[in-house]
Parts: sequence; C-alpha cells; structure tokens
Amino acid sequence: MGELDFSIIGRTLPYLWKGLQYTLQLTVVAAIGGIIWGTLLAMARLSSYKVLSLAAAGYVNLMRSVPLLLVIFWFYFLSPVLLQWATGADRPPQIGADRSAYITFILFEGAYFCEIMRAGIQSIPRGQIGAAYAVGLDYWRSMQLIILPQAFRNMLPVLLTQTIILFQDVSLVSLLNVTDFVGAAGKVAQRDSRLVEMYLFVAITYFVMCFGLSLGVKALQKRIAIVR
Amino acid sequence: MNPAILLEQVPDGDGTWLMSLASGLQYTLVVAAFAWIIAFVLGSILGVMRTTENKWAVRLGNAYVELFRNIPLIVQFFVWYFVLPGLVPAVKAWVVSLDPTTHQFVTAIVCLGLFTAARISEQVRSGIQALPRGQRMAGYAMGLTQAQTYQYVLLPVAYRIVIPPMTSELMNLIKNTAVAFSIGLVELFFRTREMGELTFRYFEAFAAATLTYVIIAMLANRIMAFIERRIAIPGFISGGVGGGH
Repeated sequence: MGELDFSIIGRTLPYLWKGLQYTLQLTVVAAIGGIIWGTLLAMARLSSYKVLSLAAAGYVNLMRSVPLLLVIFWFYFLSPVLLQWATGADRPPQIGADRSAYITFILFEGAYFCEIMRAGIQSIPRGQIGAAYAVGLDYWRSMQLIILPQAFRNMLPVLLTQTIILFQDVSLVSLLNVTDFVGAAGKVAQRDSRLVEMYLFVAITYFVMCFGLSLGVKALQKRIAIVR
Repeated sequence: MNPAILLEQVPDGDGTWLMSLASGLQYTLVVAAFAWIIAFVLGSILGVMRTTENKWAVRLGNAYVELFRNIPLIVQFFVWYFVLPGLVPAVKAWVVSLDPTTHQFVTAIVCLGLFTAARISEQVRSGIQALPRGQRMAGYAMGLTQAQTYQYVLLPVAYRIVIPPMTSELMNLIKNTAVAFSIGLVELFFRTREMGELTFRYFEAFAAATLTYVIIAMLANRIMAFIERRIAIPGFISGGVGGGH
C-alpha cells in the first residue's frame, strides 16, 4: 500500500460531503417518519382491540428479531412491488436502493421507536386519561392534547439516542451500493487504493459527530430532569 | 413462492441450497458464540472497572464504551479488516499468512466481540449500580476485600438482574453477525444473498433467512428465560415472571 497519503481526503471532500448529506437527509427523514409510525404502532399496541394490539406486537417483534441488513434488502426488492400495488401502475416503478432506503428505515426504525413511545405513554399516570375523558375529550383529542405531548417530553432523550443509533445504522445502505457517507468513502478508497486513509477518516468523523451529539443529549437530559 | 427451490442443487458445489444456507447459519452461530465469550469477559471487566472508586479505571472504561459505541459497526469492520493491517506491519505479515476465510472469520470474531463488550459493560455497570450501596458497605464491614466483595456480594446478584437486557444483547450480536457480510464472511446473510443472485429466487431465499432469524430469536429468548428461572434466588428477585415485552 506504500506511504499513507491523507491529501486524498482533501481532494475528494466535495464528493464525501455529498455522501454525508445523503446520510443526514435519510437520518432526519427516517427519524421523523419512524417516530410518527412508531407512535401509531405504540397506540395500536396499547389499544384494547385485541386484533390491533396483536398485529402491532407481531410487527414490532418481527422487525426486532431480523437483522437490519436483511430488512434493507427485503425492501429493496419489495418496494417496487408495494408501490405498484399502492398506485395501481401497470409495471413496478423503477426505484433505486437510495430511495427504497427511506421506506426501509421508516418502517424498521418505527418498531424501535414504538417501544420507546409505548414506555413513554405508559409513564403517564392513568388518571390523566380518565381526566381527559371526564372533561369530554375523545380518544384522539386526549392523545393529541394530553398524553402524547407529555410522553414525547419524557422520552425525548431516548428518542434522540435512538436517532444517533439510526444515524449509524444508515451506513449499512452502502452495501447496496448507495453513495451514503460510507459508500462515498468506500468508492474513493477502492478507486485509489486508499482504504486505510479513507476508512480511518470515516471512523473519526463518525466518532466526533456521534460523541458530540450524545454529549448534547446528556446535557438535554439534565435540563429536562430538573424541571420535574 | 416455491420453497422447493431450497432442495435444488447449488450450481458450482455439491449439496442443495438448503445445505448452503445451513452452512451459513453455522458460521453465524460459531462467530456469535466466540464473539460472545470475548464480549462477556471483557464487558464484565470493563463494567466492574467503571463501578470502582479508582478514577482512572472509570475513565478508561468510559473511554472504551464511548469509542466503540460511536462508530458504526460496518466502519469498525473496515477498520479491523483494512486499516489495522495497513497501519501495523506485524499484523499485515500475519494476515497475509492466513487464508482469506480464516482472516474474515477472525476479524468478525474480534470486531463483534469488542463491539459487544462495550454494550455488555453498560449492562454489568447498571446491574451493579442498581444494588443498594449498603451491600458493598456490608461486604467491606465483614472484612472482605474489594475483589471479594465483588465476587461474593455484588456480582452474583448484579448478573441475575441484567439477564433480560443481556438476552437482548445476545440477540443483537447474532443479528449483527450479518454485517460481517461486508468483509465477505460466508455467514447466513451472505449465503442468502448468494442464493438470490444465482437463482433469482430472492423471495424464497430471504423468506428462509427471515424465518431462521425469527426462530433463533425465539429460541434465545426461551433459553435465557429458562436460565433466569433456574438461577433465580428464591424470594429475592422474581425469577423470569412478568417483565418481557
């Protein structure tokens, strides 16, 4: 491999930045979508309709017992079929791995966010929902106005920690040849035979970002904890 | 969907696709087993270090956990597989002498072992910290040394408390083994994808793998619940009942 040459990073920085942008974009979209989907799942799991709660529990347990990598590939093959079914098109739409990943991560991380939101909802005293009903709110209004805002607040640090994990998980899409941050670095590394420099750079960048974010979450946790 | 494909012959080898997947599963389980040993031993040591009064031990343990938790697993795989031999000539010389399969196998075990150790150390630490402070003091008051206090008083109860989260970690480890696909290890996911690519029967291949992973998850759950019940201290911690999802 010869001498190490870290100037490769400077020369390919715009390309790497594009990869990192994709990673960040996928993380944010999947976090928001996953939290919404996860909240709906959590409400379903806590529902008194047996069929609904069993279906949600089955979905969550299935997603949680299968490797993410397998799920990524599943949705890569399934997304065109699902979209064809949903839109009623004649043939499956052409959808690249970079776009099917959005569906994958929303549906997969939703299962993990569901468990967090379920704990959040269950942390609210039962009397609150009784009080909400007593003042005449229906189920959806009491969830929207009383239960979910408090559940979110209580669970915010955990939701953010899960989002940091999601940020790291996104790197697996590089195995479907998607140009995320790791994928971009990998392509440069292979082309110029600079594996050591590129992967070292990727590792350090991830560490700095994730460590920084987790420090932020810790600080937030302290601030939130004092108020209660 | 036609499961009969599983009984068809692999084009370049002897045996059926089912046997090919089974050999992948074997790699998955063997790698996970070795990695679990490393993770359990190292994770326990780090977890204990982080509960001692020694400032440097705590710092070292914390630094380890932060390092391994804040880098994506696939990047850690690449660091062990590509970067380490590239930086350290002695490792390079050793790696070149290995055949590639062995190199991938050893890398996967080391990488997953050290990665999982960080997570296990979190569990062990929280288990120890969940015990009342009086337990440690009682140990010291009886004249036990620090090591003896851990061995006879703290750890036996702490380990029992953390069996449920340890079960999740074991499950995570088995699932994470699929990431070793990135360095070419012929584990279950590798064989699944290979079958899909060569036969174009992706649905059958992926369904078989999914089913296998779900069965492993259920088995691991049952086995750990059984162990939890067997070693529960009567009247101390509720053994295996309640909890769960």
